[in-house]
Amino acid sequence: MHEWALAEGVISTATKFAKENDLKEVTEVVIIIGELQQVEHEVLQFALEQLKTPLFKNAEFVLKSQPARFRCRNCGHEWDFSVEAMTEDVSEAIHFVPEMAHIYIRCSECGSPDFEIVEGRGVWLATIKGVRKSE
Amino acid sequence: MSDPRLAVIHERFEDVNRIIAVSSGKGGVGKSMVATSLALNLRDNGFNVGLLDLDFTSPSTHVILGAKDLYPKEEYGIVPPVSHGLKYMSIVYYSVDEPAPLRGEDVSNAIIELMAITKWGELDYLIIDMPPGIGDATLDTIRLIPRIEFLVITTPSKVAFQSVRRLVVLLKDLKMTIIGVLENMVMKQEDYVMEQVKELEISYLGRIHYDEELEQAIGDPDKLSKTVFYEEAGALTSILV
Repeated sequence: MHEWALAEGVISTATKFAKENDLKEVTEVVIIIGELQQVEHEVLQFALEQLKTPLFKNAEFVLKSQPARFRCRNCGHEWDFSVEAMTEDVSEAIHFVPEMAHIYIRCSECGSPDFEIVEGRGVWLATIKGVRKSE
Repeated sequence: MSDPRLAVIHERFEDVNRIIAVSSGKGGVGKSMVATSLALNLRDNGFNVGLLDLDFTSPSTHVILGAKDLYPKEEYGIVPPVSHGLKYMSIVYYSVDEPAPLRGEDVSNAIIELMAITKWGELDYLIIDMPPGIGDATLDTIRLIPRIEFLVITTPSKVAFQSVRRLVVLLKDLKMTIIGVLENMVMKQEDYVMEQVKELEISYLGRIHYDEELEQAIGDPDKLSKTVFYEEAGALTSILV
């Protein structure tokens, strides 16, 4: 996913959460970023700072990486994602649509494209902390 | 645990007036040809039109359009390139015509991803070429774009229509807007499909006759625009406008 699109999604999701939970300000948002997506943390951090509303004026955006790991459905082999083994074009395709991994990556044991992304695929908000209006 | 992609999808479509999914219960009925011709016809009528190919395992609108050497621009997201006057988005920018062996959950994730990153801007119509059937893509578009309208394509074949009937029943159950059913590849006039569609209490949109010249026009929208198929598909625009 593109970093700016992702930042918009983070701000929208956290804003919705704050409304639903009666928060007057958000103090911390922990974002888990799957390695497969190859998100540039500095760009995402910059985009979040640019897009944040007054609700987030004192908020810290904590970005945590999760390594990507695959499991072959054909032979059961498990292996780690390696960006170094890919060309720039392939890396970019997987960055925008991670499912493109099934086109460009094969099981390193049996060569099957039928593998599961065990972890490290997506981006999600793990925790959101804030101050309630009543506090 | 929240998925931030879901929060932005409705914003991506907020400046799109109408979103029309060209669908069918069955493959091979001419969805992609109808979707592309409809989009081009609407363009001919002066509308600002987008075309999104959601058939990830068999994308083909790029072949019909003859779209080559295109790539989306990065601008706070992904801006679709323009092909023959259409804002055009397809997975082929990333899959480059390689086979995409995707399972259901992968298809779902790829659809969400593409919808979350693509910035359509202002459009009068967004035409979506859907994959066949009532699987992940249909369920995801209904979930993610509740105001989507369905244009359903069948052929005169009873086999094709029975698949289409199941799609229509599902869409009616889910209270989705169905523009109607269009009968494509008609070789001789029979009323079977028309009567069946009327029994389902939805609109029968008419017939497009089998056009032997159509294959020669694939990849060349100028040639396509001179075919009987294009002219007959163009009759749909008067229903939509």
